[in-house]
Amino acid sequence: MTGPAHIFDKPNRYIGKPEPRADAARLLQGRGSYVDDQKLPRMVHAAFVRSPHAHAKILSIDTEDARAAKGVIAVYSGEDLAAHVTPYVGTLTHLAGLRSMPQHPLAMEVARWQGEPVVMVVATSRALAEDACELVYVDFDELPAAVDSETALDLEAPVIHPELGNNLAWERDMVAGDIDAAFATPGVHVVEREFRFGRHTGVTLESRGTVCDYDPSENQLTVYYSGQAPHMMQVIFSKHLDLPEENIRVISNDVGGSFGIKIHTYGDEIATAAAAKLLKRPVKFIADRFESFVTDIHARDHIVKAKMGVTEAGTIVGIDFDDLTGIGPFSMYPRTSAIECNQVLNLTGAPYVMENYRAKGRVVFQNKTLMCQYRAVGHPIAMAIADGLLEDAARKIGMDPVALREINLMADDSYPRSSATGMKLDDLSHKRALRKLTELMDYDALRDERTEARKNGIYRGIGFVSMVEVTNPSPMFYGIGGAPIASQDGATVRLDAGGALHVSSSITEQGQGTNAILAQIAAGVFGVDLNRVKVTTGDTATTPYGGGTWASRGAGIGGEAMLQAAQALKDQVLEVAGVMLQTGVETLDIQGGAVTDLNGTIRLPLADLARTVYYRGNELPNDLNPELVATRHYRVTDFPFVFTNGAMAAHVEVDIETGFVKVLHFWAVEDCGRVINPLLVDEQIRGGVVQGIGGALYEECHYSPDGQFLNATMADYMVPMASEMPDITIAHIETPTKTSVLGAKGAGEAGTGGAPAAILNAVNDALSPMGASIWQMPMTPERILTALDQAD
Amino acid sequence: MKAPDFDYLLPASLDAALAMLAEHGGEAMPLAGGQSLMPMMNFRVAAPEVLIDLANLSELRGISIEGDTIRIGAMTRYAELMADADVQKHIPIFGLALPHIAHDAIRNRGTIGGSIALADPAAEMPALLRALNAIVEAEGPDGTRMINADDFFLGMFETALDGELIKALHIPVATSEQRFGFHELTQRHGDYALAGVAVVQTSNTYRAAFFGVADRATRVPDLEQALEQQDDMASVLEHLGNIDFTDDLKANHTTRQRLAGVALKRALKGMTV
Ligand SMILES: Cc1cc2nc3c(=O)[nH]c(=O)nc-3n(C[C@H](O)[C@H](O)[C@H](O)COP(=O)(O)OP(=O)(O)OC[C@H]3O[C@@H](n4cnc5c(N)ncnc54)[C@H](O)[C@@H]3O)c2cc1C
Repeated sequence: MTGPAHIFDKPNRYIGKPEPRADAARLLQGRGSYVDDQKLPRMVHAAFVRSPHAHAKILSIDTEDARAAKGVIAVYSGEDLAAHVTPYVGTLTHLAGLRSMPQHPLAMEVARWQGEPVVMVVATSRALAEDACELVYVDFDELPAAVDSETALDLEAPVIHPELGNNLAWERDMVAGDIDAAFATPGVHVVEREFRFGRHTGVTLESRGTVCDYDPSENQLTVYYSGQAPHMMQVIFSKHLDLPEENIRVISNDVGGSFGIKIHTYGDEIATAAAAKLLKRPVKFIADRFESFVTDIHARDHIVKAKMGVTEAGTIVGIDFDDLTGIGPFSMYPRTSAIECNQVLNLTGAPYVMENYRAKGRVVFQNKTLMCQYRAVGHPIAMAIADGLLEDAARKIGMDPVALREINLMADDSYPRSSATGMKLDDLSHKRALRKLTELMDYDALRDERTEARKNGIYRGIGFVSMVEVTNPSPMFYGIGGAPIASQDGATVRLDAGGALHVSSSITEQGQGTNAILAQIAAGVFGVDLNRVKVTTGDTATTPYGGGTWASRGAGIGGEAMLQAAQALKDQVLEVAGVMLQTGVETLDIQGGAVTDLNGTIRLPLADLARTVYYRGNELPNDLNPELVATRHYRVTDFPFVFTNGAMAAHVEVDIETGFVKVLHFWAVEDCGRVINPLLVDEQIRGGVVQGIGGALYEECHYSPDGQFLNATMADYMVPMASEMPDITIAHIETPTKTSVLGAKGAGEAGTGGAPAAILNAVNDALSPMGASIWQMPMTPERILTALDQAD
Repeated sequence: MKAPDFDYLLPASLDAALAMLAEHGGEAMPLAGGQSLMPMMNFRVAAPEVLIDLANLSELRGISIEGDTIRIGAMTRYAELMADADVQKHIPIFGLALPHIAHDAIRNRGTIGGSIALADPAAEMPALLRALNAIVEAEGPDGTRMINADDFFLGMFETALDGELIKALHIPVATSEQRFGFHELTQRHGDYALAGVAVVQTSNTYRAAFFGVADRATRVPDLEQALEQQDDMASVLEHLGNIDFTDDLKANHTTRQRLAGVALKRALKGMTV
């Protein structure tokens, strides 16, 4: 089904338009309301004593001095809270074989990563709580730690959960065709590399935080929560704190970035809720930057041994790889820590026609911070494996990497079809995207420039990626495996007495402009001016039920629900107008806040209609009962995911004396289906690319051999900064998804998923005259110098 | 990340500040721009019971020419140095170096005295002062001491100060026989350098002070001599082997030595004329 053309054409003035977002002025003027801005009467503050060791037995805890310290209200150990909070386990049934162990908000008996909360102190200020933390004496007996994922499965490795016998959390094999035979075919060139992807993390501007307010008179818990999935958290608080779901209200006002960090169950946040319940007063916990680094989920941390075979003529015959990833001591609840590896197995090489495929994934426990879903889950790994090998193979057979892609990319007219791994694909445009990209960047001229520069000892490189992105997931992603995570979203649209729209949605705003596109869709489809739409999101008490914002699903799923709700309200209003104007609804439309005839002549302002309905219902026939409110829900059916595609390119310069990399320019051509607001989509792509560049060149969580996080400050953990970022040129192809009327796919993760591969390829192109190459991210100066030293 | 409780004192004169410092002994710390001290307190790696804010000490302010040296009060901020016409004219190397020290917001508060007193081995200012052959004027209970920059930096975060405050820096005014060079290597603008060097050439003699490479701002006499003798660059760089290079997450000692060599070559290439 494609949408009726008129929604996107004449009366609509908003969908697809570069409308400035309504909340920008509010946020820039400092009027935002973040969790730390919540100041409730009788509110107290939490701080945590965290394990200084990666792995240690807790022999005893002495809290006497802390309890007596100034301002201290309560001190809780793991055991104290275990009586009030049931443990949780991060497994899902559709990830067959995934193992983890029950986790408590505060460590019980054994601490399993440096930074794990062990004791909670609640005091009248955060500073006093921190003072008292220094007076808590925990007697730890340090245990040998399993830190390195490569040795975590060795027989001698310390076993983190003795009940499980070893440190293997999950493994999966995926085989299609006959890869050995394909590689053994005469004339097939096989390239083989070992990729290393460092651990990094999301570094949200607003750190994690919560204010939990418990009212015993109603057994009601209100949680101000900096997060992405309020309804999921409602279930989790209910289930583990023994409160009825309906007695929990989760409010996510302004959220200062999330990137997948704020969608999980964190012990310090659960403990804060438990303390609020026990103390019967509001408790605030705001993670400081150090706590963020050692407790926010980390991502990546993969070691991949991979091979690709290509024929002399440039046909890819297959990919074979082994992915090992370390996830910390538990699988994160409730989404699990196996999804990233699963995505790598599912997505590697998905843009290309390929018959033979073999992949093995192993997910291991280790004594480091937990790893879980961060922006572009698995994508940067999958894209770097396939496109890194592809450009390596192109060098080997002496073919241009664009030409090699042209041969192997799935044809734009070949959908629907499946990838080698069985992913259902539709509405993709790889070839058009690549062509548009090479035109946009003027590839031929750039290539000549590069060749010329090399003569002067300037080493520039050009690298590409052709990619897919998983967006708009169906229930097959989480719900099927038993997770309390909605895959559908709801929208409500209500006409008020003044003729304005009040809309609410279960998707959430974290700074990306969700509220802006919801307003554009409602205004455009229903027919009012944009400034007459008020949007509510992020409150389980006032919005319809739904999944929230993650997996690039907000616009595609929440947006479609909004479209349908606005359309339904329009139909209702026109029915009322038809009666009031004594005319057939087919002769009427709504434009600019008024009921009009089809050529736009005003027949009845909406305010007049609404006032009649609300105040002077006596003027209406008795059998007409207008609602003036409509709710619709939407989920993706028929497909497990709605894939998008893109093509990106990086132009870099490598200083071969210092190993420094400068990104000169970045280009992205993205097909996210219908673009609702080009300004917002472009910024999503740009921000994503910047995070991808971070992963490729800068960001890494360093651990000592005994599991100490060595760079948990913003001075030592390097995020990309504005001065180093290149111009990022963006263009779009719009192939609407047939799964919805709106036709929007996701766009939020593409840049992060694709940029690392493009940067890797560009650096290797720059290094190629020296016969050097690098396969480890981040590509730090030292690693590049080492690669140059090892060049043949 | 909240500082433990502390008392805050705001003396009105240098004498008063010194008296407070003497009274509280090791429990007190002077506060200048706070750009290093406040984060250290929030991390609880510094926990002074008393902070003595130097903000109101007029004795620690001002920039003046005194014969063939220029005197810079310890509380002079980087931003003030960048804007000062005398500094631009008489200390040309500051014009090369200051834009590399942190970012605008930090340069608006961070002071030259604070940087010297902190003695961060990766900071630019200690190396600049060594290359410039500057003198640190310290004031203590026993009066004033003039300490050569070469004798001032004793190790990582360690200086020759002994219950004293830095009052001012005295820097020789640039002469017509002098040329200046500066280069630092950072992955991100404003970061502490992986390696950097400040070079002052007077006729055919050189003072080259490296930063970000060892436990303090470092000069290598053999290397300076090799420059003076116009040895070929490879032999000059061999003398870098005298430095005990730092190993850390961002670069090991081999990389650092290499980067120090690149920084030197580039500094020499970009000398002022
Ligand atoms: C994000 C960031 C990036 C930075 N990047 C750089 C960089 O690239 N290069 C660089 O050099 N610095 C950098 N800094 C540090 C900055 O330059 C500091 O301001 C400087 O090192 C200290 O100066 P201050 O005036 O802030 O001193 P404070 O922080 O106030 O004090 C520092 C120390 O000196 C002592 N002290 C201060 N004044 C005196 C005095 N007159 N006599 C005796 N003791 C005194 C204090 O007790 C304290 O121990 C950076 C800082 C930040 C926050």
